[in-house]
Amino acid sequence: MERPAWAPRSIDISVPSVSRMYDYYLGGSHNFEVDREAARKAMEFLPGLPKIMQANRAFLRRAVRFAAEQGIDQYLDVGSGIPTFGNVHEIAQAARPGARVVYVDHDPVAVAHSEAVLAGNEDAGVVAADLRKPREILTSPEVARLIDLDRPVALLLVAVLHFLEDADEPHRAVAELRAALAPGSLLILTHASYEGIPLPEERAEGAVDVYRDIRNPLVMRPRDEIARFFDGFELLDPGLVHLPNWRPESAREDEDDFAFSGFAGVGRTA
Amino acid sequence: MSAEPDGPEGRVRRLTTIWSRAVYPVTSTSLTRAEFEELLLPLAHRLSRALRARSFDAGEARAVGAALVEAHGTDPEVLARTLDCVDAYLVLYCGDDSPQDQLRMRSSRLQHAMAAGYAQALRERTRAEQECIAQAALRAQGVVAEALHASEARFRAVFEGAAIGIGIADLDGNVLQVNGALQRMFGVSETTMRGRKVRDWTHPEDAPQTWRLYEELVRGERDHYHVEKAFHRTDGTALWTNLTVSLLRDADGAPQYQLALMEDTTERRLLHLRLRYEATHDALTGLPNRTLFFERLEKALAAGEGQRFGLCYLDLDGFKAINDSLGHAAGDRLLVEVADRLQSCTTAPGEMVARLGGDEFVALTTGRDTERGVEELAERITHALLTPVGIDGRDLLVRGSLGIVEGPAGERTAAEVLRSADITMYRAKSAGGNRAELADPEADARAITRHGLTTALPSALERGEFFIEYQPLVHLGDGTVSGAEALVRWLHPQHGVLGPDRFIPLAEHTGLIVPLGRWVLEESIRQARAWREKTAGPLRINVNLSPCQLTHPGLVQDTVDILERAGVTPDALCLEVTESALIGADDGLLKPLRRLAEMGVDIALDDFGTGYSNLANLRRLPVSVLKLDRSFTQGMQQYPADPVDLKIVEGVVSLAHSLDLAVTVEGVETSAQADQLRLLGCDTAQGWYYARPGPPEQLHTLALADATS
Repeated sequence: MERPAWAPRSIDISVPSVSRMYDYYLGGSHNFEVDREAARKAMEFLPGLPKIMQANRAFLRRAVRFAAEQGIDQYLDVGSGIPTFGNVHEIAQAARPGARVVYVDHDPVAVAHSEAVLAGNEDAGVVAADLRKPREILTSPEVARLIDLDRPVALLLVAVLHFLEDADEPHRAVAELRAALAPGSLLILTHASYEGIPLPEERAEGAVDVYRDIRNPLVMRPRDEIARFFDGFELLDPGLVHLPNWRPESAREDEDDFAFSGFAGVGRTA
Repeated sequence: MSAEPDGPEGRVRRLTTIWSRAVYPVTSTSLTRAEFEELLLPLAHRLSRALRARSFDAGEARAVGAALVEAHGTDPEVLARTLDCVDAYLVLYCGDDSPQDQLRMRSSRLQHAMAAGYAQALRERTRAEQECIAQAALRAQGVVAEALHASEARFRAVFEGAAIGIGIADLDGNVLQVNGALQRMFGVSETTMRGRKVRDWTHPEDAPQTWRLYEELVRGERDHYHVEKAFHRTDGTALWTNLTVSLLRDADGAPQYQLALMEDTTERRLLHLRLRYEATHDALTGLPNRTLFFERLEKALAAGEGQRFGLCYLDLDGFKAINDSLGHAAGDRLLVEVADRLQSCTTAPGEMVARLGGDEFVALTTGRDTERGVEELAERITHALLTPVGIDGRDLLVRGSLGIVEGPAGERTAAEVLRSADITMYRAKSAGGNRAELADPEADARAITRHGLTTALPSALERGEFFIEYQPLVHLGDGTVSGAEALVRWLHPQHGVLGPDRFIPLAEHTGLIVPLGRWVLEESIRQARAWREKTAGPLRINVNLSPCQLTHPGLVQDTVDILERAGVTPDALCLEVTESALIGADDGLLKPLRRLAEMGVDIALDDFGTGYSNLANLRRLPVSVLKLDRSFTQGMQQYPADPVDLKIVEGVVSLAHSLDLAVTVEGVETSAQADQLRLLGCDTAQGWYYARPGPPEQLHTLALADATS
């Protein structure tokens, strides 16, 4: 019998995945040729993509450490992708043994890989869910098992909101998640933007086109629109800034020019 | 770690700083450069020691190479820059006093080993990660496949277990798959079904749009349609279904399959047909009933120009008597036989016969020439009823009255047509029955007016639409006004003033005559008192009493009450009773009249001479006045008067007087008549010669004039 038209579609690894492309930018081999091909094409327009990703990872590391210093020991990382190195649970559990981390991604391969990586780590878990449906995340068994929503949580939306189009109502999704967070929780966020890219916008658009072609549109948003994601949060010092400028630990001369693409910020719920 | 800048420790640190500056930009580590430098420092120490070690240890150098990969220096540029750096600075910063060429040789060998160690580690890491992600993809696919399998199993169960018939075909109409319910409906196996083409399933009962909808669907112009459709079963019976066909499209929206969902409605349809039959047919005779007849008649009346209809309304004469005497079973058998015969009269298309209820039947013919057709139909019906019906060994003659209506479509409603037929049938019946009558608009109108008046009577009395006119009664001897006859009139809002002949029979028929008669009596007595108060002489009032009032048990008491309430003596009242009402009257009927007469109320015998009175009987009646019918006086209008009429009147007067009865004549119109009647000995007279009926004031004036003359 042929597959009926109403059955779910299977996983197609002949289609590039943004999480595996991200891994490729970071020098990983958790990827397939289709991913590499798309990533190389994007890099033709934006050769600094690996540096942007690296700056993104560096910010993540600083922000999680900051959260740990603030006493946070629960982390909800939505859009976690392929765990490579410097993952949230490594950073958080190094800073505070016993810290609990739930990773969320809608890419089934990324979820399967995360499960393998986290096997044996009682304090970390993975949820296959979509940021577009926050309720599914909040009501998942893993969140119920690991996260106490009555205590502060660090919600990480790192390099994920730019994959939600306006029609997906990303601001509503963030607001819905915020509504579930206890006072004192943190929002750790990065977002792609044309602002700060050391290239003319027309050129950077080429990379955006690549993502559109693989049916994973990348939505570059201006700073004020990104700032609106912090509605209901108190934006912490130094505010919404280019990635390396958030509580820097390196000298400026050690940073690549591309690292200044996009914005990062941390906010706290009242 | 503090160290003398120029000490061995400080020199290794300097090497490390240079190394980290060269390599950091090409790594993808998330560490800061300072942190990364701390990562490199022990590696630099190991290299430093390996440079100076007595014997060459490739393992140490390999480990350093591998450690670079470990620190996420997976870009080969990391190795290139590391080797550049080691080549340029290791001997410089970490060399001892060994010969330079020996140190350089050692440095070279260390670089070779580092390169090999790096390459091997990178190869291992790449393989491991590739393996890892491939496994993850496999597992993820496994999860999806499992979900897909579960979903397919679920859908399969729904498909197979559904009580509704489900079939899938491609767009060329080839049946690909059918479920069990569908096979059971058709009574065939799946293999047989799969060989079929959708197009083969035509059926004579297919609605005209069925296959147009189908074509639109397979062309992708329509996403679904819903029809009632019949299919041939292999056993020759019809399978009726509620069929919904949907177009299934692929992910890109291109039409791919057609999906048919069908529900077996055969039983329901049969039940519906049976219920419909029962609702539209008479259970006794099997003929169409009133409902179906009205449907057909309405259809005939809604037909286009040039179309006509003809209708025969048949009511059996004396059917009630048959029912009463022979029993209902016999009556029913008669009705069934009549129904069969009528059925045989309507064989042409456009003809039908129906039973409306009881012993009422109706036959309908439609078409362009129903003027002739309906006559022939009526003839056939009459003829069909000629032969007696044998029931329980007797031959019953069937008599029936037929009302025939014929006309063009589009002018009247079904109810109007049937009413006309009904009225016409009653005309046939009242003309003696066992005949046919053709509808006549004037007769219809009369009947309709009569019906309208009958229904309006009760409220007319309540609303005071009746009034009374008085016609004087003149004493022939001296020409004085001795009394007056009260004549009731109806001021009808639409028809104007109506005389008693128009409504008294209707009031008799409905029983309203009793309250109406009482009102007339009250009103007249009231008037009589008014007259008596104004004039000296005793004025008497004549009031007509209908047969119905005569038998009413309250007659005597009512009359007494009215007289007493008005304070009028009984001798002021004369009740007129028609001769025909008293023909054959027994003592029971005469008793109230006798009571009234004893009290002093005069009783007049009205319309005397029209019936066949037993003259001998006159003695028995409590009557004091004879009112001669106007037909006797008509012959005296001309001069000389008809001698026969003269003789008769003379005889009657003589007879009356010998019985002590006064004689009143009606319809006196000329002075010649008046003179003649006076000569013949009549006592009182009324007629246009004296005065027409009018308002009470007129009589008052007349009486006063008379009194003064």
